[in-house]
Amino acid sequence: MPQPLISTRALNKIYRTQTGEDVVALRDVSLDIAPGAFVTVVGPSGCGKSTLLKILAGILARSSGEVSLAGRPIDGPSRNVGVVFQAPVLLPWRNVLQNVLLPIDIQRLKRADHEGRARALLKLVGLAGFENKYPSELSGGMQQRVGITRALVHDPDLLLMDEPFGALDAMTRESMNLELLRIWEESRKTVMLVTHSIPEAVFLADKVVVMSPRPGRISEIIDVDLPRPRDLGMMVTPRFGAHVAAIRAHFQSLGALDA
Amino acid sequence: MKRLWAKPEVPLAILLFIAFVGGWEGAVRLFAIPAIVVPAPSAVAQAMWTGLASGEFVTHFWVTFAEVMLGFVFGAGSGFVIGVLVGLFPLLERTVYPYIVAFQTLPKVAIAPIIVIWFGYGMSSKVIITATIAFFPVLANSIVGLRAVPRDQVELMVAFTATRWQIFRMARLPQALPYVFVGLDVAIVLSVIGAIVGEFVGSQAGLGYLILQRNFNLDMAGVFAILIILSLMGIGLHLAVMAIQRRVVFWMDSGHDRVIGA
Repeated sequence: MPQPLISTRALNKIYRTQTGEDVVALRDVSLDIAPGAFVTVVGPSGCGKSTLLKILAGILARSSGEVSLAGRPIDGPSRNVGVVFQAPVLLPWRNVLQNVLLPIDIQRLKRADHEGRARALLKLVGLAGFENKYPSELSGGMQQRVGITRALVHDPDLLLMDEPFGALDAMTRESMNLELLRIWEESRKTVMLVTHSIPEAVFLADKVVVMSPRPGRISEIIDVDLPRPRDLGMMVTPRFGAHVAAIRAHFQSLGALDA
Repeated sequence: MKRLWAKPEVPLAILLFIAFVGGWEGAVRLFAIPAIVVPAPSAVAQAMWTGLASGEFVTHFWVTFAEVMLGFVFGAGSGFVIGVLVGLFPLLERTVYPYIVAFQTLPKVAIAPIIVIWFGYGMSSKVIITATIAFFPVLANSIVGLRAVPRDQVELMVAFTATRWQIFRMARLPQALPYVFVGLDVAIVLSVIGAIVGEFVGSQAGLGYLILQRNFNLDMAGVFAILIILSLMGIGLHLAVMAIQRRVVFWMDSGHDRVIGA
């Protein structure tokens, strides 16, 4: 196996609450992610999946353990990472193209050098012709596509996504999943996507990291052997169903799922 | 006719105005109310015409208008700058803000006589009184606005390696602008009050000075005419702020349901 793009060893994160109690958000998380892989992290709320993502994004400090990106310890945000959150958080006074170019502005690069790439990416996500629209003129799904484009514009190796489609309706969500796979296949980024939807986690991933809460830890890593490119029809195949059932049974045995 | 019914409030508002003025005129004539108590609208119109034609209203209008504008610019400007500084440095907020609030609880009308003694009967005392009144709404709204940026937005920009200054310039400051304009709108209306209060306390020119003079001569129609000019000035300035807001904060719906001077 080549050198992993992301590597964590015995990673711990402990929060102190306002009442002075310690809450273990992550315990002993060890994980390797190979370059170009699509990894999803699934688990119930409170399992630390968003905490893990924020530590990898460099916006949250770890309490102990090791975490590295491309062989270098993560001690802050990196230009080599793109992030997408559940809310698109576009700047309402910037049009679509200007929003996409935000990382370029932050890195003090010339807009003109990256505008071509931004336009090409917008075309890739189906937003050609929307460059001059403002966020308030777009639907939720379109706004999130702009958010994904923004995360890719500076050509990072790693794309971190925290429940990026959690706020979208089921049908938009499915088409966004397909689109994300298409983007991933074309751009060959390493993607780590956090979700609480088990079918979504299985549908997208090479590898599903199953996490369980209190304390947040990895309880299983499942390799998904479904062929690529994937289509929505696969979601009704027995193999897909077996993966979903296995993960669901796992949560049930932990008592983490009520349904 | 169809167009008229599409917006029934327009003809209705005009009708209401005509009915009000007509009723007022009729009541004054019918009950023979003395002009030194309530002047008839026709007398007010007459006084307005005389005042405008003689150029007296115009001269004093410009004095008051200049006081309002200068006081507004200084007061709102310093409110915004201090608001930004306080927003940038939380320690400054904790240190200075209690004093600012203490200053705000002081009725500016009460310190107006002192300011007139310090700065004289000319325009500068009026400008300063106006500025002290226009200062706070802009300051308070700027501080609130700079805090209004969503947490997600800040985290996202941090993840994209933004510096504190970049987050301030690219996200917090623009995000604060709609709030700043709420403050500016309140401040501009208060500024007219500030200038008139200053003129009441002691002055040689301006519409407030003119009101006192007319009042002294029991010229009620003249007072009413000046009040109309003042109210038109206030409305005009409010609309000007709204128009600038629509251009600057183009991404927001303008707050048409806002209470003036709240």
